[in-house]
Amino acid sequence: MKVNGKQVSGNVEPRTLLVNFIRDGLNLTGTHVGCDTGHCGACTVMVDGKTVKSCMVLAVQAQGAEILTVEGLAEGDKLHPIQEAFWRNHGLQCGFCTPGLLMSGLYLLQKNPDPSDEEIRRGIEGNLCRCTGYVNVVKSVRAAAKSMREGEVGGA
Amino acid sequence: MIPKRFDYYAPASLDDAIRLLGEDEEAKVLAGGQSLLPMMKLRLAAPTALVDITKMAGLSYVRDDGDNLAIGALTTHDAVEHDRTIKERFAAINDAVVRIGDQQVRNRGTIGGSACHADPAADLPTALLASDAQFVIQGKEGQRVVPARDFFVDVFATAVAHDEILTEIRLAYPPPRSASAYVKHSLRESDFAMAMVGAAVTLGDGNACRDVRIGLGSAGPTPLRATSAEQYLMGKVPEDDAIMKAAEMAAEGADPPSDVHGSREYRLEMIKVLTRRSLKLALSRVK
Repeated sequence: MKVNGKQVSGNVEPRTLLVNFIRDGLNLTGTHVGCDTGHCGACTVMVDGKTVKSCMVLAVQAQGAEILTVEGLAEGDKLHPIQEAFWRNHGLQCGFCTPGLLMSGLYLLQKNPDPSDEEIRRGIEGNLCRCTGYVNVVKSVRAAAKSMREGEVGGA
Repeated sequence: MIPKRFDYYAPASLDDAIRLLGEDEEAKVLAGGQSLLPMMKLRLAAPTALVDITKMAGLSYVRDDGDNLAIGALTTHDAVEHDRTIKERFAAINDAVVRIGDQQVRNRGTIGGSACHADPAADLPTALLASDAQFVIQGKEGQRVVPARDFFVDVFATAVAHDEILTEIRLAYPPPRSASAYVKHSLRESDFAMAMVGAAVTLGDGNACRDVRIGLGSAGPTPLRATSAEQYLMGKVPEDDAIMKAAEMAAEGADPPSDVHGSREYRLEMIKVLTRRSLKLALSRVK
């Protein structure tokens, strides 16, 4: 499979979950395991451009797929606009849910570049923030939407 | 949490998949895995083998086959949600899928997987029952088509035999002046609903009901048709009094469980409320 643009391979037991392969096999520990039962969304990554909860996908199911994890968002020292927006708008408190929220936020903005607050709330409904900092998360996604739209216009 | 050990197969064809299932009685079909994998992690399910049917091509589609809209079993909830024909002509199905799980689950979960999992508290089975869906099942002897009424057999049990695979769900295009709706009640959006109702109506002369189907979920081991309420409404103009009476009748036929999410009495009341709401919403959509 390809992870964050890099070809990777490994042998795993069928029962290895994608999240375990990403964290333990590839040492990409930005993707978190929260509830481990498919509720919290901390393990959200993109598989072939679609957000999934990687604790509910087997690593073997992702064979040959393109995976994007939170580590693949920034380019070197330059944060992705959605990371920048979470940083500037205090879209995180403890930060545990943030990797998942960034992926869900980004997926939403790829589908809908100018979402309403209600659409943002629906887009992140699969991600729980144990600090309950949702107001600033919504604000961050809204800010990211703006900067990503302007970024495109400006060609940045 | 990690599931118990199992063998994994990703057959390239339906025939191979059916053969693999036939060779191992404890094997299970893996589609989107959004119910099966969590159950395996919790060790509520421990199949000896998974036959992953998502690697074979051709079971993900929404297409017109003349009399029906045919939906491939591996069509994701997200794809169903964004299909315009389903939204316009089978609104109950759209109402149900937009409220399934969350975006990540809808990206992965499939209509066929949800139907075959047959959780009495899941959204799609009830909506499919109210939509009078037909289920195309492939086995080694060939194909058979089972109506929704016979498809859901018990809790987590359907008409699909161990060595068969659901390949397609067909929805017959409703006649003019038809519409449907699906509503549910849960305390939090991602919870399993305490009650859910799907309704489909066709109006005839003088706005009298020419056809009515009411499906109840979380109201017994399988989704149920509220047959007496349906019969009561047939030929009547569905005004408030008639809808109220039909809702009472729907609850009389239901057998919801009592559990930590809600008592039986509470759920019966909610079935009445939701039957009214689903009928009214469906009627408001009749053009």
